[in-house]
Parts: sequence; structure tokens; C-alpha cells
Amino acid sequence: MLDQTEDGYITVDGRKIGGVVMEMKNITLRFGGVVAIKDISFDIREGEIRAIIGPNGAGKSSMLNVISGFYNPQEGEVWYHGKPRPRMKPFQVAQQGIARTFQNIALFEGMSVLDNVMTGRLNKMDGSLWKQAIWKGAAEREEVENREKAEQIIDFLEIQAIRKTPVSRLPYGLKKRVELARALVAEPKLLLLDEPMAGMNVEEKEDMSRFILDVNDEFGTTIALIEHDMGVVMDLSDRVVVMDYGKKIGDGTPDEVRNNQEVIDAYLGVAHD
Amino acid sequence: MPDALLFGTEVFLNGLMAGVLYALVALGFVLIYKASGIFNYAQGVMALFAAMTLHGIMVGQVPFAHLINATFGTHIHHFGWEIPALLAIVLTVIVMILLAWLVQRYVFRHLVGQEPIILFMATIGLAYFLEGVADLMWGSDIKTLDVGIPQGGSFWIEENTQWMGMGNENFYGFFLDKLDLVATVIAAILVVALVLFSQYTKQGRAMRAVADDHQAALSVGIRLNSIWVLVWSVAGFVALVAGIMWGSKSGVQFSLSLIALKALPVLMLGGFTSIPGAIVGGLIIGVGEKLFEFAVGPLVGGATENWFAYVLALIFLVFRPQGLFGEKIIERV
Repeated sequence: MLDQTEDGYITVDGRKIGGVVMEMKNITLRFGGVVAIKDISFDIREGEIRAIIGPNGAGKSSMLNVISGFYNPQEGEVWYHGKPRPRMKPFQVAQQGIARTFQNIALFEGMSVLDNVMTGRLNKMDGSLWKQAIWKGAAEREEVENREKAEQIIDFLEIQAIRKTPVSRLPYGLKKRVELARALVAEPKLLLLDEPMAGMNVEEKEDMSRFILDVNDEFGTTIALIEHDMGVVMDLSDRVVVMDYGKKIGDGTPDEVRNNQEVIDAYLGVAHD
Repeated sequence: MPDALLFGTEVFLNGLMAGVLYALVALGFVLIYKASGIFNYAQGVMALFAAMTLHGIMVGQVPFAHLINATFGTHIHHFGWEIPALLAIVLTVIVMILLAWLVQRYVFRHLVGQEPIILFMATIGLAYFLEGVADLMWGSDIKTLDVGIPQGGSFWIEENTQWMGMGNENFYGFFLDKLDLVATVIAAILVVALVLFSQYTKQGRAMRAVADDHQAALSVGIRLNSIWVLVWSVAGFVALVAGIMWGSKSGVQFSLSLIALKALPVLMLGGFTSIPGAIVGGLIIGVGEKLFEFAVGPLVGGATENWFAYVLALIFLVFRPQGLFGEKIIERV
């Protein structure tokens, strides 16, 4: 159950989650005449796992792309840490501490796993070209620090054995895990996962679920994820947003959403009139 | 030692040196292709432009002098000062960085995500535009570029290799051009520096990331535009080095832009995506065409240097399309 405590926090089934990190206010996104997202509002709170679910074509990925700056909505505002966020390019959003993975995996195929993970640290590195060119001292120390962090995450996600393997040679499930590692190593304040378990078998799904829970638990990372598999979502998430045809049709704890008639209709395919 | 073997060795060494120059030009292509998937037809013209600008700055020529004179009826041509080579090179580097920024800002930024053929057409346009600008800025006369690199045969090498003749009286030691030796050393330094840069610095890593996947690069917070400006700047710098070497060797003239065509077979051999490949490809072409001319040329009436490289490239295209070092293209279905 969702309860409000006196100090402004809310609890989900007794677990305390923090204040609002990100708030979507009346977001509408159109591609030409097609409305992908229609007037949707919801918030993401600190330390929670927030799921966005819905049938195919509901606009879930579009929503994630709005949060990560790949799409700019025509209407509505994205509030981040209590302030409206101006129009931003994806790299600027990333620099604000929002990391993401992609539905179709976007890794640097030509690089090794370690190199891929290291690119996630680029934002944490000193930008000056001169220092990098001369490299001694500060830049070297920085490289060592970043390397340590990368190794730590690689250990955490249990991919040590493939550290030096070129990503292009990895099977699908491991690629997904490397992508998660690259996002995690940036120490994001908000982690966006676009169908982290799509195309996986049961065993791989269980592994991935465990990692997502561990990340949330150990680093306290706020996570917003899109998922198709209802079972997984219900086990994993603290709160769920349900979308259908670009509209929000449900919002709440997994239990609340499960019993919502409109949600049931959407998933069972009741005719729209 | 027999004459043919000694002479053949000399041809081989000279082939290596010529190959280094081919490799320098090919390197500029590889850099841009790797980072942005653009096959930059203008690389040769960039070398020309860089060499002309360097010459113009060194002798204190007024840029656009003809245009100014024609418009205002003045008769200016030179500032009347001369600038030392090193300072002029630094200034030219700044010009090349500025050019890189302009190209990115006004051309390729608007073409992000377009088909490769469209990007290629844009570079053809850029090549002719740049050639026109170079002409307008510095005039079309042939210029001699002298940045202080020693030229002519090295007597030291000749004297110290004479013993290799082992009593052969026709042999006076190997004849190697000092300029070629300098070019070789500079190219080696440049390649090592580029590899270190791309492997171990933040910008280098970002460059490789951008080359691999734009979307993923954006998601880890890499600013595509600044990386592309950086890449074009580095390619501009490589073009300048190539321009200096070729310009010192055979004068700065418009045919310099045609060295781009010589770089094509080098790329076919070395692969479009490999820096070491560009070097090895350049050396193979350089040595191959000189040795072929030496061995087979007299039998077929000479002038094999004009076509040897292209035939070799054609053979590679048939049997190993990704080149010697290029990434093998494997598509999972």
C-alpha cells in the first residue's frame, strides 16, 4: 500500500522511498500527425524502482526518450530536482547524471567490454585537452581512479571473465549486462532501462532482475524501467505507470495496478469504443 | 654483390620512403572515416590548402590580394615581412582548426544521419570549394615551400653504405633523399602519437566511441559536434604534415590535391578503419610500385607506376574487401 508519512516521505508496503527526483508534467509528444504521448504526468521518487508498462506501441519507449533527451515533447515540462528542465540534447541530460540503456542495445561493438565500461566514465573525467595530451600527474591519477570504479562495477555485475572480449563476440544476454555496466559506472542519479529483459530466457531474466534489485539496494540508485513481462514488473518495482495508446491508464503500486479494470482491459484487449 | 641486387635494394628503400608519404595522406582519410563514417574526398585539397596557407604566411603574402586589388583598385600583394617556419606552422594549424570548425558548423552538422553517399557528395563539393578558396586566397602560381627540412641525397649514408658493395666497383653506396628520411621519422612520430591519443585520453576514447555508435555515444554524455570538430582538426593537421612533405619535395601546386587519388589504393589495402593499416598499406604500395617498375617496367615499356597501385587495389577488392587490417564485416542474421 502507498502511505504518506508525516515527514513528506511515502512508503510502499512499508519500504521508505524518498522525495520526487523527476516529475513529468502534462507531456505531449507528436510525430507529425501521430500522437505518441498524450498529456501524461507522473513522478519518479528517490531510491525507488519505477516501472512503465503497457502493450506494444503504447509510447513507453517514447517516454523514456523524452526523459533522456532524445525526444523533445511539444507540450509539457520535465522537472528535475524541483526545477523545470530546459530543452536539452541527450549528452547534456547524460551530464546531469541520467544514464540509460537501449531496447536494441547500443554498445560500442568494436571495443572490449572494459573499454565500453570506461566510456561510461567520460563525464567524470577532466575535459581539458592539454592535460590529457600531457597526461602525467592529474590525468594519470584520474585514469587509475576511473579504472578502479570500472573494475568494481564489472565485478558487481559478474562479467570479469569477459573483460577483454570485444563486445561484438558476446551473446545477447551478456551484451545487455555490459550495457547496464556502462550506465552504472557513471554513478547515475537516475538510471533508465529500456526493456532490460527483452529477448532473454528465464534464467537470464532472473539474473537481470537480481542485478537490478542489487543496484537499487546497494547503490540506492533510482531506477525507471520499461518492461513487457508483467510477472517481472510486479516482483521488481515499487510503483508502476501503465500506458496504452499514448495515454496513462494506471499509476500505483503493483497490487493496485493489477486490480485496475482499465489495465486489465488493455492487456486482455477489450475493444475500444 | 651483383648490381641488380644492390640497385633493387635501393629501389626498395626508396619505395618505403615514398610509401610513407602515401600513408600520411591515407591517415587523414582513416581518421575522418572512423569517427564519422564520412569518406572525405577533400583530404587531398586540405593538404593543398594547408601547404598554400603555410607558404602564404611564411612569405607574408596578403590573402585575397587579387580580389582586394580588383575590387578597390589597389596594388597590394605582400605585407613585407617574413615569418619563421615554426611560427608559420603554428599559425597554419590554427587556420586548419578554424576550417574544421567551419566545415562542421556549416556543412556536416546539417547532414547528421544522412546516407553515406550524400555525405560523400558534400565532401566533393567541399573539395572544389576549398580549391577555389585556396586559389582566391593565395594565387594559382607554383610555389616552392622551404620550411628548413634538409633536401637532396645524404652523402653520409652513401659513404657509410659503400662497403656493402663488397668490392663491386659500380656501387657508390645507397642514395636516399634526406627529405624522405625526415618524412619517415615524422610520420612514425605522428602515428605513435595518434595511437596513444586515441587509446589513452578522454578525447581519444570519446572519438572511438563516436566512431562506433552515435546513439550510444550521446547516452554516455559525449558531445558529437565537438568530437567531430576535433576529428576534422586532427585530419587537418595530418593534411598539413602531408602538404609540407609533398610541397617541399615537388613544390606547392594544384596537382597536390591529386595525391588523394594515390591514397585510395592505400586505403583498399589497409582498410578504411585502421591506422596501422594505412601505414602498412602505404608502404606496400610505395615499395610495390617501385619494385614492379624496376623489375617488370622495362619489359612492358615502363610507366607502370601509374597503374600498379590501382591494379593491386582491385585484386584486394576481389579477394579481401575489408583490406589487410579493416574490421571484418559480420552481420548477425
